[in-house]
Amino acid sequence: MSENKNDQLPLWEVFIQKSNGAPIKHAGSIHASDKEMALQNARDIYTRRNEGRLLWLVPSNAIVATVIEDEADFFDPADDKPYRHPSFYEVPEGVTNI
Amino acid sequence: METVENTSAELLAFEARLAKDEVIEPKDWMPADYAKTLLRQISQHAHSEVIGMQPEGNWVLRAPTYRAKKILLAKIQDEGGHGLYLYSAAETLGMDRAQMIEQLHQGKAKYSSIFNYPALNWADIGAIGWLVDGAAIVNQVSLQRTSFGPYARAMVRICMEESFHQRQGYEIMVRMMRGNAEQRQMAQDAMNRWWWPALMMFGPHDKDSAHTQQSMKWKIKRQSNDVLRQRFIDKTIPQAHFIGLNVPDPDLKYDEENKSYQIGEINWAEFQQVICGNGFCNHARLSHHKKVHREGEWVRQAAAAFSVKQKQKQQDLATAMA
Repeated sequence: MSENKNDQLPLWEVFIQKSNGAPIKHAGSIHASDKEMALQNARDIYTRRNEGRLLWLVPSNAIVATVIEDEADFFDPADDKPYRHPSFYEVPEGVTNI
Repeated sequence: METVENTSAELLAFEARLAKDEVIEPKDWMPADYAKTLLRQISQHAHSEVIGMQPEGNWVLRAPTYRAKKILLAKIQDEGGHGLYLYSAAETLGMDRAQMIEQLHQGKAKYSSIFNYPALNWADIGAIGWLVDGAAIVNQVSLQRTSFGPYARAMVRICMEESFHQRQGYEIMVRMMRGNAEQRQMAQDAMNRWWWPALMMFGPHDKDSAHTQQSMKWKIKRQSNDVLRQRFIDKTIPQAHFIGLNVPDPDLKYDEENKSYQIGEINWAEFQQVICGNGFCNHARLSHHKKVHREGEWVRQAAAAFSVKQKQKQQDLATAMA
């Protein structure tokens, strides 16, 4: 490999809050050597048009995730509990505002 | 990414997901060839964005007004950003950026041939924005629905940003066509040189395209080269006529019934020549990229050294507190 093989800087995930009160959503990723560079790179790459008012930067290797192959097994505790939804319940005809 | 292609059960499940228009994510099982095709296409796309900064960079110091210069700089900065989105998408398939750049430098990875044409006069900056970005947008809008999640999401972001590129290019053409005879001549000259290469950007005709069929099956590509090219032609020709530009195609015909233009033969020999490295700027583009990459090495080293120093400082502080 060439001289530049080892200069790949650590990977960070970029999260952006669009406006006050909005959820903070994943936007993409960047490479940076430290926290400050991560914030500045994320600003320059993901918010050139005022896309956000707040940035979160998370080292990518700190993220824990499920895998799609396990989707059915992992989420099955919710499968047999329809009573968690309002549509499960019968409301007598004529009753309103509930 | 799973690369072992053994069980047909996995392949069937993968194909069933595609049939339901599901989006494939980096950690999902995928056939090795699917990942390979994506890597080739996404890295080529990323390299194109970055190499594409060069013909425009040539005009930053010669932009006719301060306004034009600011716009050009913003556009070039966008192209750099688009390259970074795409490198990130490609990295999710397990190749790091240094490797991709090395492949570019070795000629193993390609970039769009269009950037091997020179930007000779100011109207070329107009033609690049209007025609080259215009063609890229038609392709990229279609790719917003590509089956690989990171690529599709990068495309959504890129399309949002690119629409200003095409408009600023058309504005330059409009202004030059409203100028004096010499300015109109410059605009027409740029049109004459960029029209055919822009049409070639969509790649060979469907019947001659090596990758189209498999890519369409895997929904990496959602529409064929010819379909996308025709869409661009039908959108763009009225825009040319509106400002008095001629389309440099003696065989151009308008099909009243289908409300569609029929173009003459594309010069595929020229396309092949440019792909093979014999375009006007192939050598200049690549050697410039290598030079800048080499010259930037101390910056990368400094950043890495700074990060080591910061970590050491934090450790020392933690030790002192303990």
